[in-house]
Amino acid sequence: MEEWAEKKNKKKIVVEKINLKIGEFTCVEPISLINTFNAAVLGSWLDSSEITIETIPFEGKCSKCNRLYFPKKENGYKSPCCNFNLEEIISGRELKIASIDFKEK
Amino acid sequence: MHLPISDKIELNILHQNSHQAEKNKIKFNNYNLLCLNIMSSPGAGKTRLLEITLEDLSKKFHSAVLEGDMTTNLDAARLEKLNIPVVPITTGRACHLDANMVSGGLKLLEKKINPNLLDILLVENVGNLVCPAEFEIGEHFKVALLSITEGEDKPLKYPIMFREADLILITKVDLLPHLNFDINELKSNIASTNPKADVIEISSITKSGFHLWQDWISKKILKFKNN
Repeated sequence: MEEWAEKKNKKKIVVEKINLKIGEFTCVEPISLINTFNAAVLGSWLDSSEITIETIPFEGKCSKCNRLYFPKKENGYKSPCCNFNLEEIISGRELKIASIDFKEK
Repeated sequence: MHLPISDKIELNILHQNSHQAEKNKIKFNNYNLLCLNIMSSPGAGKTRLLEITLEDLSKKFHSAVLEGDMTTNLDAARLEKLNIPVVPITTGRACHLDANMVSGGLKLLEKKINPNLLDILLVENVGNLVCPAEFEIGEHFKVALLSITEGEDKPLKYPIMFREADLILITKVDLLPHLNFDINELKSNIASTNPKADVIEISSITKSGFHLWQDWISKKILKFKNN
């Protein structure tokens, strides 16, 4: 964020939103991330900003028939079509800042 | 004030850690030094595994350990008795090692020994099945331990740890006759989460399976050195 802000000339901008993409198959709990962010930015140049989180579904691909499916823990993450083990993950491992909304002062 | 502008970033939140991990890996490669990241829940037997492993391994390969622990140097003190270079990394309140900590540990190791003389660096991570799975440290392979006293369902409950692992060691298998534990169910849960992982059953009491684990390491070192 600091690097990005310096490029934009930090003193001349106000960050409104930091938009995150968090996959369902990561070790991140969105509520905890929001709470931590809100505590961390208190009194800083990001104090008035908020984070939004777009949850990216956990999606796998059946290695037998190539169908996409949503792996479930209850089913051992196996494909419902062929009951195959989860080999390929299509999405759900994302952990990134997608975009930043800001205004120029 | 002007109208809001949206700037596309698409940057990994752990970008800084990943960047440092890449730098660590380049260093390991330049030293021709294979690095394993050893992870598990607390008490699964990581330190005991290293004690037994290093007794034999250090006869064939020059080995060193970075020993991650939250608040003490107890594990490092155990491993120092093996007369190999050991660097303790005390993480304080952090529940995992990150790439910066490992970089710092490597710098301390460089003061103890020229890493060019080493073949393998074993990094014992902090006991935790969640965060260590997300933080690359520059390792070449991840090894996850799972003791049978933890239950058959752990690969399903902590899928990312077991998904990320290249090798899963099922530990404490000497306890099998005393527990109501279905090892086939555990293996099935491992396969569901990570069908590509190697799996070895071991016991630090009977030493069963240790030859397979030692073979696994030896092959990885030799392949790495030949590349």
